[in-house]
Amino acid sequence: MTGNAITAEGLRKRYGETQAVDGATFEVRHGEFYGILGPNGAGKTTTLEIVEGLREPDEGTATLLGEPSWPRNKTLLRRIGVQLQASAFFERLSAREQIHTFASIYGVPTARADEMLETVGLAEKSRTRENKLSGGQAQRLSIACALVHDPELVFLDEPTTGLDPQARRNLWDLLRTINSEGRTVVLTTHYMDEAEVLCDRVAIMDEGRVLRVGAPAQLIEELGVRSLEDVFLQLTGREYRE
Amino acid sequence: MKSFLSLSRAMALGLLRDRAAVFFMLIFPLMFLAMFGALFDSDSTPRAEVVQIGNVKVFDAMPDSQRSALRGVLKIEKTGGSAAARRDALAQVRKGDVDAAVFQGDGKAVELRYSAADSASAGNVRAVVNSVLQQANQAATGQPPAYRLATKQVEDESVKPIQFLTPGLLSWAVAMGGVFGSALNLVSWRKKRILRRLWLSPVTAGSVVGARVGVNLALAFAQTAIFIGLATLPMYGLRLTGHWWLSLPLVACGTLAFMSMGLLIGSWAKTEEAANGLAQLIVLPMAFLSGSFFPLEIAPAWVRTVSDFLPLTHLAEAMQSVMTRGESWGAALPVMGGLLLFAAVVTLIASRFFRWDDA
Repeated sequence: MTGNAITAEGLRKRYGETQAVDGATFEVRHGEFYGILGPNGAGKTTTLEIVEGLREPDEGTATLLGEPSWPRNKTLLRRIGVQLQASAFFERLSAREQIHTFASIYGVPTARADEMLETVGLAEKSRTRENKLSGGQAQRLSIACALVHDPELVFLDEPTTGLDPQARRNLWDLLRTINSEGRTVVLTTHYMDEAEVLCDRVAIMDEGRVLRVGAPAQLIEELGVRSLEDVFLQLTGREYRE
Repeated sequence: MKSFLSLSRAMALGLLRDRAAVFFMLIFPLMFLAMFGALFDSDSTPRAEVVQIGNVKVFDAMPDSQRSALRGVLKIEKTGGSAAARRDALAQVRKGDVDAAVFQGDGKAVELRYSAADSASAGNVRAVVNSVLQQANQAATGQPPAYRLATKQVEDESVKPIQFLTPGLLSWAVAMGGVFGSALNLVSWRKKRILRRLWLSPVTAGSVVGARVGVNLALAFAQTAIFIGLATLPMYGLRLTGHWWLSLPLVACGTLAFMSMGLLIGSWAKTEEAANGLAQLIVLPMAFLSGSFFPLEIAPAWVRTVSDFLPLTHLAEAMQSVMTRGESWGAALPVMGGLLLFAAVVTLIASRFFRWDDA
């Protein structure tokens, strides 16, 4: 195994007229908490989709845990966990039934699934249907489903969007725990304070390229500003996106 | 195998908990069966109702035995012979309250007045009254009849509309389950990003497709069991013929064919609403043009030509053949082959349009 959990080299992807990803290159180390930041339309989502193995890049390669993520590789998929959006649940199934379904897909015993539900604090909501969960509960359930098979590498897509401050802080604690257990975590978010608190390093993207990579504190120092938000605005400008 | 089972379970639970879907796929077609069954079951040869104005010798002299034999086909109501009574009776005929009025004409003539508004009942009442007169004429000769017409219908005497309706409506129910089930499920799973989530988990496409097909087959067999169970109740009186169980493989092949149509719709449509509308647009005309609801023998030639290209037409016909017309493999096998071929071709086309997410 190489020293990196993720190696993305010269990723390019074009949709019709739009060059969504234009030579994105970055590396994520084992055990690192890594943030990918960028305004809407910066190419974050497509980059992440290529890295996860959802899409084939026009050019470049993405390697996860030493194996190429494209074409689809089931052995590799067992080792990664992906949290999409809170809505990616089977219709009309309860929280417990959701995570049990995912557990059996990964060949994990149901006891482990119930344990995971406990970890994210949803044991009491286990009989609640997916559409009756609150935003925070749904986010926690989707994270639990992503972690049920004990993956080495976890992708989290805007996990705290739409949550109240309490739910957000609780989720941060959960994410820190996941990372401190030795997992590599890749996070996308629009909240700069979140990235500043959680991430070991962040990559700031715009126009399909990685503009800057570094630890939040280091970037703040380099640019001589007060916060990561200032770093972000200085690098990507202030005009409206999309 | 384990992921196939758990996905099947997840899909089955999702379907059973969707009350609207259960209603449309199980209860709704049954309502049609109950409704059409009751509708068509009422006497198919209507009784002719005739008002007799004043004395008419032929009728008044009818022996009791003949009177009771006629009771099923002819009802005579006698009124007074006044001019007012005659006006009144003719008005009733015009309005269609009765089929005809009869009165004694000059000499031996019996006058019959009917309305041309309903040609079928007009023809019927003329034939019935005429036969009464012919019998009276024959009896007047004092000779036994030289010729006698003996009639019998060609089908088993048990042939009732239910024999035609059950296979037809069941085929329609299977078509609805297949098209709607796969189309809506595909769109909803794509929109909710479950397809994407499954792509990122170690399941094979075979498990996902297999689970969906399995759930749909189970639904179709449940529909079959409920339909046959209800239709064979004494109230409806369905009588199955020898190889009726061939309807099971037919239902299975039909399910695959209709699921492929749903797959095509679901691959193309972006929203559930669009998928639902498009599925309606295809299933409803197909149901009417296929002869599932009523026979197409009297339909214009072009309708029958269109009908020949619809998978539901062939399924419904083969189902009738094996369930109620006593036919066997000969009727079922070519249709099964055709349905499977149809399913393969449409699935191939659908795979061209298939998107696992909206982007």
